[in-house]
Amino acid sequence: MFEAVAFYLFAFLTIAMFSITVMTSQALYALTALAAGMIFISAFFFILGADFLGAIQIIVYTGAVMALYAFGMMFFDTTREVKEKKGNKFIIIGLSTLAAVMVVAIFVAPILSNNIVALYPVVEGAGNTETVGLVLFTKYLIPFEVAAVMLLVAMIAGIVLAGKKMDLSLTLMNSEEIEEKDKKVLS
Amino acid sequence: MMEIGLNHYLVLSTILFAIGLVGVMRRKNLLLLFFATEILLNSVNIAFAAISHYYGDLTGQMFAFFVIAIAASELAVGLGLLIVWYKRHGNIDLDTMTSMRG
Repeated sequence: MFEAVAFYLFAFLTIAMFSITVMTSQALYALTALAAGMIFISAFFFILGADFLGAIQIIVYTGAVMALYAFGMMFFDTTREVKEKKGNKFIIIGLSTLAAVMVVAIFVAPILSNNIVALYPVVEGAGNTETVGLVLFTKYLIPFEVAAVMLLVAMIAGIVLAGKKMDLSLTLMNSEEIEEKDKKVLS
Repeated sequence: MMEIGLNHYLVLSTILFAIGLVGVMRRKNLLLLFFATEILLNSVNIAFAAISHYYGDLTGQMFAFFVIAIAASELAVGLGLLIVWYKRHGNIDLDTMTSMRG
């Protein structure tokens, strides 16, 4: 009963928030709606008993990803209204529906064949975090290490790309100096 | 109706995926295109977690973790590239990025 209420409530909220993210013409509204949608998605993980995944969702997405977006948006002119592609509406809606139906087919096909066996079943008498740790550090140890290396590479790439000319303070220079620097950088 | 099963979650995941696809198709601003890809990744995460729960198998949750890691690193590199592009050209519209005549 309560599970159903929670599911429908959060489903409605998530769909509403992500619709705002996709449909609004203001970048700041999109950012806030996306952050709210991420938090509401973590509620599904808690309902499903994946506590650790829910905590990771909140920490990584609303903590790290949204903060990074917010810092990134300081570089861009976000107060301007976002112009949209003037594509054919029917083509867009048709393609989206087709892709969604294909996703359903991908998920339903193994369920219909009905021969799924749990490879790494949930351990009895242990919490979600313990079981996640058991599986992650035994069966998925190498993908875990590879993911760590990938995150390191991404961090270095982000620092190198975004950190260029960070030694210049744009607020302490006057406008002529900034223009001169810009000419040097752009040429 | 009151019993929430796997299909409920899969339908929800599909709806969110469709919303993300609409965003990918209609956005011209690259930053908002990134938002739409985050929606796509999150909708798949819901499906992974739901399947993991209803089959008593932790593999789905593991893949959801890796999807989150990939999303984070994609964002770091993508935002860095976006900032470099904005410093050079002063906008992040997709239509102006035609230097390769694609």
